Amino acid sequence: MNVLELVDVVKRYPGDPPVEALRGVSLAVREGEMLAIVGRSGSGKSTLLHIMGTLDTASEGTVRIAGFDTSTLGDRQLSAVRARRIGFVFQQFFLLDGMSVLDNAANGLLYSGLPLHERRATARRALERVGLGHRLRHVPAQLSGGERQRVAIARAVVHRPALILADEPTGNLDSASGASLLGLLHELHAEGATIAVITHDREVAAATPRQVLIEDGRIVADSAW
Amino acid sequence: MITTVPAPSRVHAAELFRLGSVGLRTRRLRASLSGLGVAIGIAAMVAVLGVSSSSSANLLAQLDQLGTNLLTVTPGNTFLGESATLPHEAPATIGRLDSVQGVSSTASIANVTVRRTDQVPVSNTNGIILRWADLSLLATLQGSVYRGQWLNPASERFPAVVLGWVTAQRLGIVDLDQPTQVDVGGRWYTVVGLLRSMPLAPEIDRSALIGLPVAQSDFLTSDSPDTVYVRADPNHVLPTLNVLPAAANPEHPEQVNVSRPSDALAARAAAQGTFTSLFLGLGAVALLVGGVGIANVMVISVLERRSEIGLRRALGATRLLVGVQFLSESLLLSLLGGAGGVALGAAATWVYAQVNALPAVVPAVAVGGGLGAALVVGAIAGLYPANRAARLSPTEALRTV
Repeated sequence: MNVLELVDVVKRYPGDPPVEALRGVSLAVREGEMLAIVGRSGSGKSTLLHIMGTLDTASEGTVRIAGFDTSTLGDRQLSAVRARRIGFVFQQFFLLDGMSVLDNAANGLLYSGLPLHERRATARRALERVGLGHRLRHVPAQLSGGERQRVAIARAVVHRPALILADEPTGNLDSASGASLLGLLHELHAEGATIAVITHDREVAAATPRQVLIEDGRIVADSAW
Repeated sequence: MITTVPAPSRVHAAELFRLGSVGLRTRRLRASLSGLGVAIGIAAMVAVLGVSSSSSANLLAQLDQLGTNLLTVTPGNTFLGESATLPHEAPATIGRLDSVQGVSSTASIANVTVRRTDQVPVSNTNGIILRWADLSLLATLQGSVYRGQWLNPASERFPAVVLGWVTAQRLGIVDLDQPTQVDVGGRWYTVVGLLRSMPLAPEIDRSALIGLPVAQSDFLTSDSPDTVYVRADPNHVLPTLNVLPAAANPEHPEQVNVSRPSDALAARAAAQGTFTSLFLGLGAVALLVGGVGIANVMVISVLERRSEIGLRRALGATRLLVGVQFLSESLLLSLLGGAGGVALGAAATWVYAQVNALPAVVPAVAVGGGLGAALVVGAIAGLYPANRAARLSPTEALRTV
């Protein structure tokens, strides 16, 4: 079953002349798959990530997430898709400074309507899973980069999303922390999570079961072909 | 395959408070400074309302106590513009009116000074006026003595004087423990009594009062009064006021002035209201400035927290929820400021009332109005920043550094 399906997706940014960031991208991600989308900066991979994550909409083509066509959905419904079906991991972590590690992870469930104590209980399990069970009461500033990204991963998986989108997850980490973090992503994949890693780092890509190479807004190679 | 759209993003209503307080908790100093702006405005308004309520509560209480049925009859002017006089039988004719409960007359005695001793220069009058008064004056004015006693049928025939409140102060006489004499027109008079202040007859406060018989023998004054005080039936004050000129001087009622001294107090209570609106206006300006401060801080906050907005959108917040978060932050900020301001204003009112020995009154409308005004200011100040935060596209918000 496809978690995500892109068919002939074009993304055009208005301007003179208009900029085409994606020029007819077709991509299917199956449930339980782990793939890397690789490309140099400016290749369109960030745009692709935003469209896969419903943060942006395609100018042309079809985007289906867990079976429904996103072009027919409004802001409320797209937000609901993100809240319940997608987990994001960003290069800059984007943790909230004033909150404990536990509450930061619980933010993954913030817009689910669950009461705070349930969100915290679930977040505690997710943090234990990523190896931060001893850091619950700390604030992000007290953590190392690798630990912060683990908190971000706990936040991304806490609502058991259908798809985890990781945008350069190791981009701000030293190589040892980066390797450890990739190891964690592989473990989560082994437990059944569907993960798409966007990266410019071919070493990171080489370790994933499927690699998709993107250049100038087009997919030029896909190891699944 | 799941084809139903997931349940919409939502947060508990109680959660909005937590959401709104995130930004405030992380930037406490900035939050308290911008809340202070609103607090000052609200405090000014509450204090103004509280202080003026306390003072007019005091004035109205005074008015209640003094009564509004005291009327004053004085001579006016003749047709030719010369000073008229009241007929000497005016008190008697006024006293015949059914609605009159008490009549007393008094007149000033010109060209006689009252001095502490004969060593004080004659020109040094201290603004003290010598008057003769009939024995019922104190009862009609509902005044009281705080030392000694009022004139009586015996003392009114002898050089005895009763001093008004201000007169006693100006002569430096605070008690009558020792026999006290003052110089009245060159003759020693014994001070037999000191009066308390009479707010409805301030001219008596500044007078030295002697009996009519002694005034006639010492200073050859006539018995025609220049002021007649009338206590009217409280239920017929206005009709009495209208017939008094004719009763006092049937031949020339147009040469008689009648006034109601309590009107002056009532006017003072009303005048306090005018000041109130002036200061309320100033408070409103302060509140407006506070609101601009909040709007400013919120706009900066939206700019600074772009990545947080992007993150929240990625976590599933709708535009509305992002907007509501910033709006509730602004409301919370102004509400905290407003609550602080109400407390501050109430405290200022209490201190003012304590210092001036007034009853401390903070009207409920000032408390409710203060909090309400703060909320309105917060809502207006937060609207633009919240809208801006809501409209920020998630991809733009996440494109940081």
